[in-house]
Formats: sequence, structure tokens, C-alpha cells
Amino acid sequence: MPINLDSALGNLPQALSLRARRTELLASNMANVDTPNYKSRDIDFNTAMKQAQAPHQASLKVTHAGHLQPGNTMAGGVQVMYRIPNQPSLDGNTVDGQLEQAAFSSNAVQHQATLTFLSGRFRGLLSAIKGE
Amino acid sequence: MSLFDIFNVAGSAMSAQSLRLNTTASNMANAQSVASSPEEAYRARQPVFAAVFKSLYGNDPNASVKVLGVTESQAPAPQRYDPGNPLANEEGYVFLSNVNAVDEMANMISASRSYQNNVEVMNTSKQLLLSVLRLGQ
Repeated sequence: MPINLDSALGNLPQALSLRARRTELLASNMANVDTPNYKSRDIDFNTAMKQAQAPHQASLKVTHAGHLQPGNTMAGGVQVMYRIPNQPSLDGNTVDGQLEQAAFSSNAVQHQATLTFLSGRFRGLLSAIKGE
Repeated sequence: MSLFDIFNVAGSAMSAQSLRLNTTASNMANAQSVASSPEEAYRARQPVFAAVFKSLYGNDPNASVKVLGVTESQAPAPQRYDPGNPLANEEGYVFLSNVNAVDEMANMISASRSYQNNVEVMNTSKQLLLSVLRLGQ
């Protein structure tokens, strides 16, 4: 009976790639905390996971290589949204440093957890292959 | 996995904040210097940041920071009546720099905080990438 790697790993690879993208996005937000007119962005992780598992219905169908997706989607149809700022600011920057730090920390912990679970799955597969 | 872009983003932010710290240091150093005319007086300098997006169409929201340039504050240089000063003009006034020490301290605290945050971001993503290398062990 061949081992089906997709069903053995479940939705962990998709979760991992989404976590990596969110880490990048939050790092960009933290880097641009002082840039005038920069708007802070984030993805809704739960919605994006559900969308990644269900077949795509939300992204536009492209029939030509030059067709573009709508401006606020990342590759793969993930919707990137803007954060609502808590305070007005003179220079148009909406990044809240503390909020971004908290979001980045929690996302990093969950990223690490996903990696640990994936590693556990691989070890389970390895022990099954070795017959222990 | 494109976590490697974070090194570029965080690195650019650290470089921008260190430039901001440099201009703050220059301003604080020259806060007490005087000159004979308003044109020669020291003006406070501030860097101007801009975000550089990776893709034009907004599909890739990664944005690193770029310093567009350093501008000089256009606030008027305060003058002081000091006829004994060798740099005084004909009426006896010297012109001080327009550096506001409180502004510069706030800038310094903000720049050092941002710098530390970006170092943390870089450390965390480096650890995550190293964890990937250890998958399955």
C-alpha cells in the first residue's frame, strides 16, 4: 500500500506556506513603521486557510498570460487586507508598532508550532517506513 | 518559502533607522553652534523615508524601506543679542541653530526602538528558517 504523502501531511504544508507569507507581511509592516503614507496590511489567517483548502471560486479566471488579478490578492488568491488604524497620524502612516510586534510574535510561535507538527509527521512516516 | 525576503526588508529598515540616528546625532552636536547670518545657521536635518514595493500591481505586498534624502528644517533660526561675540553681525545679533532638543530626543528613542524591533524580526525569521532545516530530525 503506497503511502500517500498528501493525506499523511494533511493541511500542514498549506498552513506552513501561509504562515511564511504572513511573517513576511508583518515584517514589512514593522520595517515601515516610520514611512509616511504607508498603510499597514495583514491577511485573515482562518479565512485564507479555508480558502486554500476549498477549490478557488473567489479569484478571477484568467485566459491570457497578461491578465492581472485584482490588486489586493497575493499569488494563490489570498486576500490581503488593510488594518484599521486606532489613531490618526499626521504623515498618513497607519502602522501601530505595538500591535505589529504582538501579531508578529504570535505568528512566529504558530509558525514554529506548524514546523514542529510537520516534523513530527515526518518522523512518524520514517518510523513506519523503517518498520519500527 | 520566501522568508529570505525578510532579511532584505529588515536590513533596509535597520539601515534607514541608523541613518536617522546619525542625523539626530549631528543635530544634537550642532545644537549650540552660532553663525553670523540666517543662511549660515545650522538647520536641523531629517531623513525622508519611502516604501519600496516588490511588485507594481500590489500582488506582492512586501515593502522594504528606502531613504529618499535628507531634508533641512525650514524653521527660522532664532537670534540672540550678543555684541561681544566675534561672529556677531553689525547690529550685534548672532543666529543660533533651529534644532529642538526635545524633538531630537524623541526621534532618537523612536529610531532606537525601531532598530531593536527589526533586529528581533531578523532573529526570529533566522530561527524559523533554521528550524525548517531540522525538519524530521
